[in-house]
Amino acid sequence: METIIQINQVYKSYEEIRAISDISVDIQSAELFGFIGPDGAGKSTLFRIMATLLLPDSGEVQMAHLDTIKDYKKLRTKLGYMPGRFSLYQDLTVEENLNFFAGIFKTSVSKNYHLIKDIYQQIEPFKKRKAGDLSGGMKQKLALSCALIHKPEILLLDEPTTGVDAVSRMEFWEMLHKLKTQGITIVVSTPYMDEASLCDRVALMQKGKIMGVDKPQKIVDLFSKHLIGVKAKNMYGLVNKLREYPLCHSAYLFGEWIHFSSEQEVVKNKLQEFLRSKGIYDAQMQNIQPNMEDSFIDLMTQNIIE
Amino acid sequence: MKQVIVKNLVKKFGAFVANDHLSFEVEQGEIFGFLGANGAGKTTTIRILCGLSAPTSGEVKVATYDIYTQREQIKKHIGYMSQKFSLYNDLSISENIRLYGGIYGLSRKAIKEKIEEYIEKLQLKEYQTLKVFDLPLGVKQKLAFLVAIIHNPPIVFLDEPTGGVDPITRRQFWEMLYEEANNGKTIFVTTHYMDEAEYCHRVSIMVDGKIAALDTPEALKQKYKADSIEKVFIKLARG
Repeated sequence: METIIQINQVYKSYEEIRAISDISVDIQSAELFGFIGPDGAGKSTLFRIMATLLLPDSGEVQMAHLDTIKDYKKLRTKLGYMPGRFSLYQDLTVEENLNFFAGIFKTSVSKNYHLIKDIYQQIEPFKKRKAGDLSGGMKQKLALSCALIHKPEILLLDEPTTGVDAVSRMEFWEMLHKLKTQGITIVVSTPYMDEASLCDRVALMQKGKIMGVDKPQKIVDLFSKHLIGVKAKNMYGLVNKLREYPLCHSAYLFGEWIHFSSEQEVVKNKLQEFLRSKGIYDAQMQNIQPNMEDSFIDLMTQNIIE
Repeated sequence: MKQVIVKNLVKKFGAFVANDHLSFEVEQGEIFGFLGANGAGKTTTIRILCGLSAPTSGEVKVATYDIYTQREQIKKHIGYMSQKFSLYNDLSISENIRLYGGIYGLSRKAIKEKIEEYIEKLQLKEYQTLKVFDLPLGVKQKLAFLVAIIHNPPIVFLDEPTGGVDPITRRQFWEMLYEEANNGKTIFVTTHYMDEAEYCHRVSIMVDGKIAALDTPEALKQKYKADSIEKVFIKLARG
């Protein structure tokens, strides 16, 4: 495999606020790579630097063997960039937007239609509609079509699924997996931890730093604590009581179950006994596997910086 | 006591039916999850419940007040917070609290107490003089929630309150919601995080302007033979 993106010790501050510091990552050709982290982690800053729209304070970035500063003009023809905020022309129609972006890159819609066919077909019935009048899901599909129409080698998608419902998110990831088979390198950012498992490799970001880079399963495997799932009718009472247990490392709500973690293995009967002494008689317990969020929380609290 | 009563609510925009005969009730102290795909009609309903938009037809009562005749009373007796708009970025923490306290007619003394209470509760002492813009997002969202309930309303509407927040803060936020619900406050919340739907006492799922399902998370999972609300949601929304 060939390295197509090289990010080397990149720093960027806005006045006093450090947005990202010491970011280094290599991304391989045709990889689906995810930057996972909450708002303020520095994801968009990094994407703008990769997209040649922002200069780093120091460090360098090579994309498709071109430097983001020196070779920015040439590089732009090889990049497709979809910013977090919808940035197509709202008062142009679907069709006009697509033709416009094809025109800018001196190509035509018909020439690269095969690339966008699966995605664009879903919005083609509305091609005479103004982009501003499309639903959220359709806007997203149009934006992706426009980012792809010049056949980029690298596709940068900054938070394409933020604020999007669970069904549309799932459909969007299905589209990305299809695109990947065309040999395009896809770099995507998301605050949704569950989307990490859909990437080939991920970088977990927090407060401008990368906490770890690896295959999703490898990052989940990093989780070193013992984990028990606990639930009861009164979850709020339960989570507070669990935290009082001497061996408790952390107790967090995780959907239906509370994830109770400990350094040492905890005997369930003893924990059950403890909860009864605190007035909780209906606790159910089971062994559970950690997920990406467990690992992210663990890394956040350990503050491990690679 | 019921904090929300909706019977046969219809809202049309021209020929488009955004809310199609909705009927549901929310009890006091309940955490009610209001889910649906983008464009399903959730925002329309929330705007009506908050007294910002009039229904085309149907019966709606919020915090015991009638939507047609007592809209101003409703606005006084609800709290509202969204991810997009909550606090003024260029005001400090205490200025924000003072502004909202003033809008809701709290006395100077009460406002002063609230400032102390909130700063203590969120451990904001070191941030006290900072502008809200400079606060970490997580802190901001927790503060926004407290400010939204500064006038102690019986019910608070939260529109995607945790979008983009880190996983620890997201959970701390939900523990705050549990605490308030335990104290009798009604929480009406929308979210795109399906794990958060599991924290609700009951969940409604809206599809194309109608309520397609409404029950406890447990019962919904049983009914749709799914092991998570996410799967229930996908089954319903994909049709």
